[in-house]
Amino acid sequence: MSAITLRVNGKTHTLDVDPATPLLYVLSDDLALRGPKFGCGLGQCGACAAIVSGRAIRTCVTPVSTVAGADITTLEGLGTPERPHPIQQAFIDEEAAQCGFCLNGVILTAKAFLDQHPKATDAELQQATSTVLCRCFTHVRMWKAIKRYAAEKA
Amino acid sequence: MISRRDFLKTSGALVVTFASAPLAETVAAQGQFGTRASHIDPTRLDSWIAVGADGRVTAYTGKCEIGQGILTAQTQLVAEELSVPLDRVTLVMCDTDVAPDQGTTSGSQSTPTNFNERNLALAAATARETLLELGSARLGTPVDQLAAADGAIVVRSDPSKRVAYGDLVAGKKLNVQLDRSAKRKPQNEWTILGRPAPRIDMAAMATGQFEFVHNVRVPGMLHGAVVRPPSVGATLASVDEASVRGLPGVVKVVARKNFVGVVAEKPWQAMQAAAKLKAAWTPAAPLPPQRGFYEHLRTQPSRDAFVVNSGDVDAALAKAASVVKATYVHPYQMHGSMGTSCAVADVRGGKATVWSPTQSAYPTRAGVAALLGLQPDDVRVVFTRGAGCYGLNGADTVSFDAALLSHAVGRPVRVQLSRRDEMAWENYGFAYSIDQRAGIDANGTIVAWDYEAWFASRGGRPGYDRPGNVVTGTLAGLEPQPFRPAQAAEPSGEFRNGSNAAPSYVAGRVARKAGGAGTIASERVLTHTIASPFFTGPLRSPSRLQNTFAHECFLDEIAAQVKADPVAYRLRHLSDARLKAVVSAAAKAAAWDARPSPRGGAARAGLAAGRGVACVAYEGDNGYVAMVAEVDVDRATGQIQPKRFVVAQDCGPISNPAGMRNEIEGGALQGLSRALGEEVTWDDRAVTSIDWRTYHSLPLGIPIPAIECVLIDTHGVEAMGAGETAITVVAAAIGNAVFDATGVRLREVPFTPERVKRALA
Repeated sequence: MSAITLRVNGKTHTLDVDPATPLLYVLSDDLALRGPKFGCGLGQCGACAAIVSGRAIRTCVTPVSTVAGADITTLEGLGTPERPHPIQQAFIDEEAAQCGFCLNGVILTAKAFLDQHPKATDAELQQATSTVLCRCFTHVRMWKAIKRYAAEKA
Repeated sequence: MISRRDFLKTSGALVVTFASAPLAETVAAQGQFGTRASHIDPTRLDSWIAVGADGRVTAYTGKCEIGQGILTAQTQLVAEELSVPLDRVTLVMCDTDVAPDQGTTSGSQSTPTNFNERNLALAAATARETLLELGSARLGTPVDQLAAADGAIVVRSDPSKRVAYGDLVAGKKLNVQLDRSAKRKPQNEWTILGRPAPRIDMAAMATGQFEFVHNVRVPGMLHGAVVRPPSVGATLASVDEASVRGLPGVVKVVARKNFVGVVAEKPWQAMQAAAKLKAAWTPAAPLPPQRGFYEHLRTQPSRDAFVVNSGDVDAALAKAASVVKATYVHPYQMHGSMGTSCAVADVRGGKATVWSPTQSAYPTRAGVAALLGLQPDDVRVVFTRGAGCYGLNGADTVSFDAALLSHAVGRPVRVQLSRRDEMAWENYGFAYSIDQRAGIDANGTIVAWDYEAWFASRGGRPGYDRPGNVVTGTLAGLEPQPFRPAQAAEPSGEFRNGSNAAPSYVAGRVARKAGGAGTIASERVLTHTIASPFFTGPLRSPSRLQNTFAHECFLDEIAAQVKADPVAYRLRHLSDARLKAVVSAAAKAAAWDARPSPRGGAARAGLAAGRGVACVAYEGDNGYVAMVAEVDVDRATGQIQPKRFVVAQDCGPISNPAGMRNEIEGGALQGLSRALGEEVTWDDRAVTSIDWRTYHSLPLGIPIPAIECVLIDTHGVEAMGAGETAITVVAAAIGNAVFDATGVRLREVPFTPERVKRALA
């Protein structure tokens, strides 16, 4: 165990954890955040995503020690039900969910990519989400929401 | 939150105050149990509906949200019948302390069960009529001069004379029976139901605030991880507890029969310890090889059943001008839920509480009781949402895991399965091999249809008395449902087509009664159930999808043989007006190009385009759907790219058109993923589909087809299920479109590029 300082959603936390612990467990267990989720533990589905230094990373395969001091944003760090972030608002407006378990990975992956590539083509967006899963297959609405956010940014 | 039982004990009234404190905190505050009921009488209004002093309505239902939108739709139903705004209704789903036992949320039965003249809908109608009678007494006005509006009983001629629900019932003891004669609001008067109400849970989910079962935390909670056998059927020889002794956080190694788990302070510690725990296992006989499995099924002892048998099929086939025959096969597929299954159990002092994503709260309560040696009354199952489930994922089994581990340590334990344990041991959708023959007369009309299927099954849901039907129950020593081979008896009673084993085109004659959707009088439908080496369960559209794939592609083969247009040929052999109507509606919306398949004339290289159709009366009488699929087939790569799906659907009165579209779109694309890529694989020891590299789900990042929905809102009939209709016809519609494009018939799901290329070669 060792003391690690994390900056999550603008707040600083110092935690005594095994430095090899994947970031996901620290976020969801030690910090009790509900956004990042365990989907596979293998970095294959996106459910655990968080944004670190502007990029969506897979927290289930990221040792916590490697993100000490970095700015970490989770889904709840974007906005609230009362004041959602524009991409969250786009998902709410399109009702782009069924079970909702994948939303964390879908929203954060799309947001991070579009923020860095505001003029991304459909093919580039598909490439960016080629390892993001939604097993309810709410794709139609999710793509409408992502496109809506992209249009607002452009 | 005060549970209903608490409240009724103190006041005996209908009124309940209800706040939204997280349940985990509430239970902690109340002590482990609060109050507990062993029985909630579904004939009593109080079991379903409560009106608070503030006028808020709380409804209790035994049908739960699993992503299909039933939270919002049931809330709309209650709001509509009680004439209150949607946001004044709170729906409590499947908590065995407070909600009535409605068995399992499954089989597209939530809408038929709760949206017709019974159960929740009847309770809501009874509540409105009860409030009208109370209002009548209070206002001194006859009921027929009153209306229920905006949470109050109002005098029609003078709306200033009114009494709010909260004022009306506060402090009174009601004790009302559900009234079978209570009148639902007529559909043409609906203002909340039947409208596209937004999903109630949407904002919380999109902002990471929503509490899934994975987020439940109770004081003193530990974390468990399970250690499954390395191969199917292996038995535990020994566990070396010393192999994890001294690892950080490890609290206990638990072994019971063949169930093994580890409990630790933190989840990562539990997973690490489970990975390091040394256990010796005695392997069972090797698995039947996957190559040749469909033929293997035909050599095994079987339990046989006739769905229908007119007795003259062989004679009719012998007399037919020509006979078409083909074999279709469908693999085991998995739910593969987005999140691995998770549950929290607190077992102490002879009582248990389980926060579970199970679709079967009361049956799971009975299963937990059986596993722990408790009475069902001593167990509370609190349904708490998990990742989308499409039948029976790991939800029930992980609830048992958490209960066993909590029981062993005497503290609350949370368990979330690993991806491998979720996938390798879940209850798969059945593998099928289906032979069909059809006799055609000189006019090209089908005169006989013979269907014979072999499919692998092992139990099904645990239900109330078979916890051994899921892996943890079996490992802990409880037997799965026994398999007994049996010869087929002649069908007796009525024609039932709940598994859609009988094609829509047969007349369905049983005991001189016709119950089918079609016209073909010579018919035989014989099924052989084989003991499956793997657990099986009701994966979305169980059996119905596999059967419909076989029927609808085979019908297409016959149409092609007689050079008939696939839509016209379907209509020619159908008798059911609603099924015919959705076929016609889909064809019209798709601007169907009426001609026989294949299209012909396409180049031998490059992309080939085609269109196909498929339809079904889901479960025979629980929703009508037809789909037109337009696809491109890349002859070089074998890739199938769907361009457009047009779906027409009639499920009776529509509760929420937005929700129905969401289900159609999701069903269509989940069906696409199952048709193109999903197949459970195994070697001689174990399942090898253990992650998203070895089980092929279509990701988000794909070019998706345009999906157009034609919703047929039929009034004056029963409300039917809409969650499993669209998915049932996808593989068939795509297979038929590929045939139209290329002239090649695909008879094995999934239609992988390799298989398509092989078929085209």
